[in-house]
This record gives sequence, structure tokens and C-alpha cells, in this order.
Amino acid sequence: MLHIKSVTCIKQDRCLFADLNFRLKSGQIMQLAGPNGAGKTSLLRIIAGFSAPDEGQVMWQGESIAKNYDEFARELLFIGHKTGVNNQLSAIENLRFWLQIQGYDTDQELYSLLAKIGLVGLEDVPVRTLSAGQQRRVALIRLWLNDAKLWVLDEPFTALDKAGVAFLQQRFLTHLEQGGAILLTTHQDLTTHFAHLQTVTLEYRH
Amino acid sequence: MLRQHSYWQLFSAVCKKDVQLAFRQRAEIVNPILFFLIVITLFPLAIGPEPGLLARMAPGIIWVAALLSTMLGLDKLFRDDFNDGSLEQLIASSYPLPLTVLGKVVAHWLITGLPLVLMTPLFALLLNLDSQALVATVLTLLLGTPLLSFIGAIGAGLTVGLQKGGILMSLLVLPLYIPVLIFATSAIDTSTMSLDYSGQLAILGAMLVIAIISAPIAISSALKVSVS
Repeated sequence: MLHIKSVTCIKQDRCLFADLNFRLKSGQIMQLAGPNGAGKTSLLRIIAGFSAPDEGQVMWQGESIAKNYDEFARELLFIGHKTGVNNQLSAIENLRFWLQIQGYDTDQELYSLLAKIGLVGLEDVPVRTLSAGQQRRVALIRLWLNDAKLWVLDEPFTALDKAGVAFLQQRFLTHLEQGGAILLTTHQDLTTHFAHLQTVTLEYRH
Repeated sequence: MLRQHSYWQLFSAVCKKDVQLAFRQRAEIVNPILFFLIVITLFPLAIGPEPGLLARMAPGIIWVAALLSTMLGLDKLFRDDFNDGSLEQLIASSYPLPLTVLGKVVAHWLITGLPLVLMTPLFALLLNLDSQALVATVLTLLLGTPLLSFIGAIGAGLTVGLQKGGILMSLLVLPLYIPVLIFATSAIDTSTMSLDYSGQLAILGAMLVIAIISAPIAISSALKVSVS
């Protein structure tokens, strides 16, 4: 589905990675590894289409994503370091807004979903009053609310407790079973066993 | 998951969120109006309270004050969304970005521009503006303030990624406000002479139409550059 074709990224005269090639097929999960500053987030942002690669192309279903970005965006779920959750709004308001801008129906069982992820009673308070892990959970509920094929997740486990990490990986499994693909960066090892786990390691270049 | 492709849903969601946030932090709505009021009251103190002189200068004062007070909210227009990552989510949506941007600019006008238009009759009293000129002032503000929001949003989009973008944005945007200022004050001047000022209004209207069509495209390109 996703094909990274000799992608090069140069930032501030430093070459982060050059001539990077890999493919991600449906049902596969890929973990990007590498030390801080190796360019993991830069690569994810290139794949999500926020910045253009200095060389090479990102192909989705055989077509360059730059060519028809809106079509690609329909199949993409991106959750970055900055999660896109507004501090002033409540969890429910944040979710409704996100569903609306992604073109989903907002008439859903949001309360039971929030209960499932451990935010009972916190649905209507401003997100800034929640803890870091709870704020992360508000952002991650989107994983249950989309039909995107490709998930691009930058450090999804940050600030989550162990139960949260395990719960999230269960969700990864069902997504992969349904034919989705996941690309993520994490410094923690994945604890659940994934049959089709690939690892790409980016070296720190000087 | 049910997908419904509705441009109206996107536009209203974006617009509603910004207005809702502004009402939650009332300072965002109240501050530009207070600023407007203070600038207008400073002028009689500085140049003397002679009614004829004030009435002569009133259009210029009101318009410059309106210009500066719309600048106040501009810096925040995209900054919060940029900082918390909402802007990335808006870009990675299957909807066209210019439409999203249009929603945000309309919200900015509802928060800062519209209150100014509504308060102007009150402030005009302070400057001894007669009723003919008052009508002209309100009409030019009604056409002109959305224009200020659109032009300013281009500057806001370009500078949102910078640490201290506020001053740079003012330098970029204020010169672009000059045509609006010229035609608006000329319309008010003409009205004080009891002449027909529909020509100037038509030009302001034309500029607004062009801005509605083309500014969202420019703003979304600027935002994409800022995010990358």
C-alpha cells in the first residue's frame, strides 16, 4: 500500500537520511527506531505529507501522495507529538470537532467509548485540567473512531500507563486484522506479539 | 464508520469552535473593543476638544483604530491551532484546506470585526460625527473589516511558525491595508459633503469579493509552508 521510494531529508545542512526505501503492506506494522535526532519524526511528517522530501517520493496505492493529497488524507490517520487536542475544550467537544473536520458522522456513542478508555466522569471538563496520560488518551480515542487504512503514530505510548499501552496494542491487532497498516515510532518495545512486525532503524548521521 | 461529505459541516465546525473558544475567554472579544474605545478617546485629549476639528478627523481616527484593533486578534488566529497540532489535523483532513481557512477567517471577523461595526454608532458620538457620515462609516466598516480579516490572515498564516511573529506580521500586513483605508475614508469624506459615495463602496465590495475568493487559497499555501 505504502511505498517509500528513495526518500532523502536534509535539515539545516545535515542529511538525516538518504535514499530510504521500504514498503508497508496491508496487515503490517512497522516500528521506526533510532536515537533522538535521527529523523524519525521528520520521516513521519514526510509520509503524512506535511513536508516534502528533498528527493524521492512517497507512493500510496501506486500514486504519489502529493498528486492527490485529499484522497490520501481520507485513508490516513496521523497522531503526532502535538496531538491536536485543544486545552480549553472538553474531551467530548474535542472529539466532536475532530469527527466533523474529518467528515465522520458525529452521532456516535462517544460517552461509552470514553468510559472504555478510562475517562469516566471527565468527559465535560476542559482537557487542560486532565493529566498528561489522560490528555494522550483523549487524542488516542481517534483510533476507535476512524476507518483510515494507514495509521501514522508518533510516540503514541508517551505518558501512558502499562494498562493503557497494552490496551492500545490490542487495538493495533484488530486494525491489522482488518487489513490496515501501522507505522509508528516508539522507544519502548512493543509488548504484544505482532506477526508482521518490521523494524526500520535510522542511524544518527553527523 | 459513516462518512458524510458535507462542506457545510466542516465550515460550521471550524467557525463554531473559534467563536466558542472566544466566548470562553471573553478577553478575546472585549479587548479589541476596549482598545478601539481607548484609541478613540485619546484623540480628543491629544488634539483638543474642538467639535469641528474632531468631526473632520473622525473618519480617519475610527478607521485607523479599527485597523489596529483587528490586528490584535490576528496573531492568535492560527497560533493556538499551530501549537497544539490541530492545524496538522486540519491539513490531514480529506476536505480542501481553503474552506477550513475560510471558516476560521469568518470566525475572526465575527469575534473582532462585527462588534466594532455594532459599537461604532456609540463611539461616533464621542467624535461629534453627524448622522450622514455615521451611516457611511458603518457601511464602510461593514465592507472593510472582513477585508481586513482576510488580508491579515495571510500575514498570520505566513508568520505562525515564527517565535515572535507578531511584529513581523504587522509590518507585512499594515501596508496591504492602505488601499482599504484610502477608499473607506474617501467614502466617509464624500458623505460629509452630501455627495454620492456608492463608487467607493462598490470598490470596497469588489475588493472583498476578490478577497473571499483568492485569500483562502493564499492563506492555506502560507499555512502549509509554516507547518512543513
